[in-house]
Amino acid sequence: MKRKSVVIPGFGLTTGVTLAILSVVVLIPLASLVVFSAQMSASEIIDVITRPRVLSSFKVSFLTAFVASLINAVMGVVLAWVLVRYTFPLKRIVDGTIELPFALPTAVAGIALTALTADTGLVGGFFANFGIKIAFTRIGITVALVFIGIPFVVRAVQPVLEKLDPAYEEAAGVLGASRTRIFWKVILPELIPAIFTGFGLAFGRCLGEYGSVVFIAGNMPFETEIAPLIIMSELQEYDYSSATTIALVMLVASFVTLFLVNVVQNRNAKILKGGS
Amino acid sequence: MSTVTQSSLHRDTKGSKIVRYSLIGLSLLFVFLMLILPLITVITEAFKQGFAVYSKAVADDYTIKAILLTLEASFFAVAINTVFGLCAAWSLTKFKFKGKKILATLIDLPVTVSPIIAGLIFLLTFGRQSPIFSLLQDADIKIVFAVPGIVLATIFVTFPFISRELIPVLESQGTDEEEAAALMGAKGFTIFRRITFPHIKWAFLYGVVLCAARAMGEFGAVSVISGHLRGKTNTLPLHVEILFNEFQYVPAFAVASILVMLAILILVARSVIEHKGRKK
Repeated sequence: MKRKSVVIPGFGLTTGVTLAILSVVVLIPLASLVVFSAQMSASEIIDVITRPRVLSSFKVSFLTAFVASLINAVMGVVLAWVLVRYTFPLKRIVDGTIELPFALPTAVAGIALTALTADTGLVGGFFANFGIKIAFTRIGITVALVFIGIPFVVRAVQPVLEKLDPAYEEAAGVLGASRTRIFWKVILPELIPAIFTGFGLAFGRCLGEYGSVVFIAGNMPFETEIAPLIIMSELQEYDYSSATTIALVMLVASFVTLFLVNVVQNRNAKILKGGS
Repeated sequence: MSTVTQSSLHRDTKGSKIVRYSLIGLSLLFVFLMLILPLITVITEAFKQGFAVYSKAVADDYTIKAILLTLEASFFAVAINTVFGLCAAWSLTKFKFKGKKILATLIDLPVTVSPIIAGLIFLLTFGRQSPIFSLLQDADIKIVFAVPGIVLATIFVTFPFISRELIPVLESQGTDEEEAAALMGAKGFTIFRRITFPHIKWAFLYGVVLCAARAMGEFGAVSVISGHLRGKTNTLPLHVEILFNEFQYVPAFAVASILVMLAILILVARSVIEHKGRKK
C-alpha cells in the first residue's frame, strides 16, 4: 500500500506548501492567542468573565443562538422536506435562495433586516400594532441569527432525505401506519443525526456572528449586547487582555460544539453511504 | 427516482393535500419574509430618493476606493487559497501519512472561529503588544490597521473554502490514474494538468466562487483589523457600516445594493457551476 502511493510525485512540495501557509495564516495567529492568554493569571481571567456585563452578554449570545438554531432546526426540516418530496412552481428558485445567507455579506443582511423590522419598517410596523418590538430587542437578534443559520440545517438534512430508502415507508404504509405515524416513527429517527449536525453548525456560527447582529441588536448593555460585541468594544479601548479572555471562552464553546457535531456526523456519514 | 416511488405508492408517500399545501405555503412564506424581502428592502431603500442620489452615492470617491480595496483583498484571498487548496487537496488525497486527520481538522478550523476572534488573533500576532512588532516596525512593514492585515484576515475566514470542495472529489477519484501516468514517466505538473485537473475543474470553480463571495462580504474580522481608516482601509461592507451609523441611510443602502447584486450574481454562478458539474 505504502509503496504504491510513493509513485505519485509532489508529496514534499505540496505538503510543504500546505504546512507553510497553514502555519502563517492559522497556526501562528491562533497560537498567539494562547500565548497572550497564558501571560494572564487565573484570577485575572476569572475576574474578566465574571463581570456582570460580560456574563449577561454570554447569556444573550447563547440564548439567542440556541433559540434561533431551534427555529432553524424545525424550519430547516420543513424546507428540506418540501424541496425533496414535493414539486411546486418556483421550487428551483426557492432552492437557490436558501444559499443567500452564504452569499450575502452579513453587514448588508444586518442593515436590511434592521430597516425591515424597525417600527417604521414593513414587518416591524405590522408587529408594532400588537405592541411587539423586533429590531433593537433580543427578538431582533434571533431574527438575524435565523437568517444566518437556515442554510446549515437545510443543507444538512436535504441529502439524507434524498437518500432515504422508500422501502421502509412503504413497508410501514402496508402495515397500516398513518402518514403522521410514519413520519414520527420511520422518517424522523433517520433524520435526527442530520438535524443535529445542522443545528450544531448553525449554533456554532450564530455564537460568533457579528455583522448581521450588530445593527439589529441596538447593543444595550445587559439587554441586547452579544459577546462578540463586547470583544469589539474592549478592543476599541485597547483592553486586549479582557478581549482575549472573552474570546477564549467563545472559542472553547465553538470548539466543543464542533466536536459534538463531528461525533454525530461520523454516524451520519454511515447512513449516507449505506442508504443509497 | 421520485417518479418510481410516486407511482408505486400513490397516496401513501404523498400524504394529505392539506399537509402538503400548508407545508409548501409555510416554506414559501418563510423564504419570502426571511430571505427575499430583505433583498427587496435594500433595493427600495437605495432608490428611495431617486436615481440621482443613488448614483451619487455609488460613484462617491470613498465608495470607489472601498470597491477597489474589497476587490484587492478578495483577489489575494482567492489566489492564496487556490495555491493552498490545490496543494492541500493533492497532499491529503494522493498520499498516506501520519497526522493526516489532524491536518484536515486544522484546515477546517477557521470557519468555526468567530470573525471577531479571527480579527483579534491577527491583532495579537502583529499588533503593538506582539514580540515581533518592533521587528516589523524596523522593516517598515505595517500589517495591523493596513491593507496586509485585511488581506490576512480575509484569507483566514475563507481558508478551507477551496480545499473543502476539492478533497471529496479527489478522494472518490482514487489514485490509480495518477499512478499509471507516473509509472509511464509523466512529470508531476503534467499529471496534475492532464489527469487530475479535468476531474476537479467544476469543484475548483465552485470553491473559487464561494471563496470570492465570502471574501467580498467579510465584515467582522476585517472590522477588527482595519482600524476603519476611510479611503485607506475601508472595504465595501465597512463602508456600509460607517454610512449606516452616520444615519446616511440612502447612501448606505446604495452601497449595499452593489453587494446584493454581487451576491445574486454569485448565486447564479453557483447554480450554473453546480448544474454543469453534476452533468459530468
